[in-house]
Amino acid sequence: MSDPLVDIKGLKKSFGEVEVLKGIDLGIDSGQVVSLIGPSGSGKTTLLRCINFLVEYDEGSIRVDGREVGYEDDANSDRKPRGERELSAIRAQIGMVFQLFYLFPHLSALENIMLGLTKVRGLPKAEAHDIATGWLERVGLADKVDSLPAQLSGGQQQRVGIARAVAMEPKVLLLDEITSALDPELVGEVLAVVQSLAREGMTMIVVTHEMAFARDVGNRVVFMDEGRVLVDGPPTDVLDNPENERLRTFLTRLNPHFALEPH
Amino acid sequence: MDYHFNFTYIWRHFDRLANGLVLSLELALISILIGMVIGLTLALVHTDMGWKARALVAVYVESLRNVPLLLLVYLVFYGVPSIGGFEYSAETSFVITLSLYSGAYLVEVFRSGLDAVPAGLIEAGKAIGLTPWQRLVHVRIPTMFRISLPSLSNTYISLFKDTSIASVIAVPELTYGAQWINFNTFRIIEVYIVITPMYLVTGYAILIGLRQIENRFAIGVRS
Amino acid sequence: MKAAFESLPFLVDGLLVTLQITAIVVLISLVIGVAMGVALTYGSAWIRWPVRIYSDFIRGIPVLVLIFFAYYGLPAMGLNLDSFTAAVVALTAFKISHVIETTRGAIQSIHHGQMEAAKAIGLPFWQRLFSVIFPQAVRRFLPPWINTVADAAKGSALVSLIGVVDLMLAMQKVIGRTFEPMPIYIAGAIIYFLINYSLSTTSRRMESRFSYIRE
Repeated sequence: MSDPLVDIKGLKKSFGEVEVLKGIDLGIDSGQVVSLIGPSGSGKTTLLRCINFLVEYDEGSIRVDGREVGYEDDANSDRKPRGERELSAIRAQIGMVFQLFYLFPHLSALENIMLGLTKVRGLPKAEAHDIATGWLERVGLADKVDSLPAQLSGGQQQRVGIARAVAMEPKVLLLDEITSALDPELVGEVLAVVQSLAREGMTMIVVTHEMAFARDVGNRVVFMDEGRVLVDGPPTDVLDNPENERLRTFLTRLNPHFALEPH
Repeated sequence: MDYHFNFTYIWRHFDRLANGLVLSLELALISILIGMVIGLTLALVHTDMGWKARALVAVYVESLRNVPLLLLVYLVFYGVPSIGGFEYSAETSFVITLSLYSGAYLVEVFRSGLDAVPAGLIEAGKAIGLTPWQRLVHVRIPTMFRISLPSLSNTYISLFKDTSIASVIAVPELTYGAQWINFNTFRIIEVYIVITPMYLVTGYAILIGLRQIENRFAIGVRS
Repeated sequence: MKAAFESLPFLVDGLLVTLQITAIVVLISLVIGVAMGVALTYGSAWIRWPVRIYSDFIRGIPVLVLIFFAYYGLPAMGLNLDSFTAAVVALTAFKISHVIETTRGAIQSIHHGQMEAAKAIGLPFWQRLFSVIFPQAVRRFLPPWINTVADAAKGSALVSLIGVVDLMLAMQKVIGRTFEPMPIYIAGAIIYFLINYSLSTTSRRMESRFSYIRE
């Protein structure tokens, strides 16, 4: 494969005076599952949200499947932000799952998934119904089809959130700390769904604190700190015995036993 | 107090009170429906458009909220026809007045409702590729309604009580009926003993009823 | 338009009556309403229930009905009030119910931890109320209360219907002579607007000034 599916070059973003992303270069090929780890404030969530332009990046470029996400594909250096219509079409190709789920509260689980299918992909209602039902079965919630979000547990809501994103058949799936807001016993069911998607070849960028997930499911780990990518490699290299000092500190803080385990 | 209670007169003319009560409810209902259209439109204008539009909305809202309803009723019923050269019925003019009046209050209700829609929900809408208009119709407005439901029910109950002012331009709602009985039979105390629970019970029934509706719909909103 | 100008002193007289009524209603309702609101929040069930019933009862009927009853009904019960007094009585009774709610809301919005801390340092009840609760409650009380003052000014217009020559009735009488309703209505509307708009703006400014106080 020539060009990466997600191609990030020289990405910079400041919020006011604070430079959160100081120049990110990252290429993600189709089928890869990349875990994005780092301390809070490292910019990993900001990076993720730039990819579908929920955050407007200042400098640099993000291309998904060859198309620049936020700005017009223009030869000259003048950057023109994309119009809403184009932006919406591009976002439809990128899926996102949120830490706080953000399911539409007035719609049932099924309708949450159907909304994008009917309104964005323009499918007829019957077809959307079938696809949505299929996805709910896929995430293990066949019996919750008509349930409202308020009637679902956190883990169930997040699974609906994943189904909602994946039903759009995106080229890449962005997962923003999707288990951080869950009670510990509900994390497993969500990670199981993500794992099965990974096995089927879904390209995913996962901001996470779950090192077990990063090691077992992902095939690449990217460590960020203070707006830069510091370490980038296979899970075993990055997580088991890294050379980078900051990474060692970070992993120790996450798991105090790390520094003590023999490697 | 040597007052002799005599309720027979009241029951003889009870149809005025009963019909008046129904009319009060209808007037309030029509007014709030029109008011909701006005309020929602202007709330969207205020939220999504520039400062000039916002200023115009503010003028409308402040003008209607800082003037007594009675004066507005007179203005619309007596004042406007005198310069417009046309006439309309007292009921029509009252509905127009109350609709404009409730619209001014509902702009505020809907505006804060729209503001209260969690930003994450709108982002979720963006993430699946909904256009701004689609986000408005499918995410922001439905959520806003569920957030605003309690205020809407309170507004309806207020409007129901405000319909009593229609009595001054001889609209045959409940208070007018009571005054009619008062002036024609002098059974003043009896008639007020009767209409007071009519207002109270109706108001309470509306409150309970609307609360049921709220509970059915508002379970969807997580703050 | 000339007639409008000539009638101005007459309108001003009416305005003075409006302001007078508003002031009396506001003051009396403030004293009684706050007292009843405190009773509602802290009193025993014997005190709470009557206050609750009063408040819900009065708020459940239109203020116009109250005014009509005070003027037409009370005489039948032996209490003959002139229109001015009847108006003030009715409006005050109505306003009291609002002040009760405003007071209750202001006091209850203060974290109960404050009361517990005051108890813990040994302050007796009234001291707790005046030294700890009230100073904090005032900030939450004032903005909504000023809104009720504006409501009182607007509600006072209804007294014109029982013959009190306030601004509303003065306007009607002038129109009865000049037969030109609009200029007078507009003039009256502007006067009411100025009064109420300045009140509600004061309320809003107070609210934003006080909002920096966070829990």
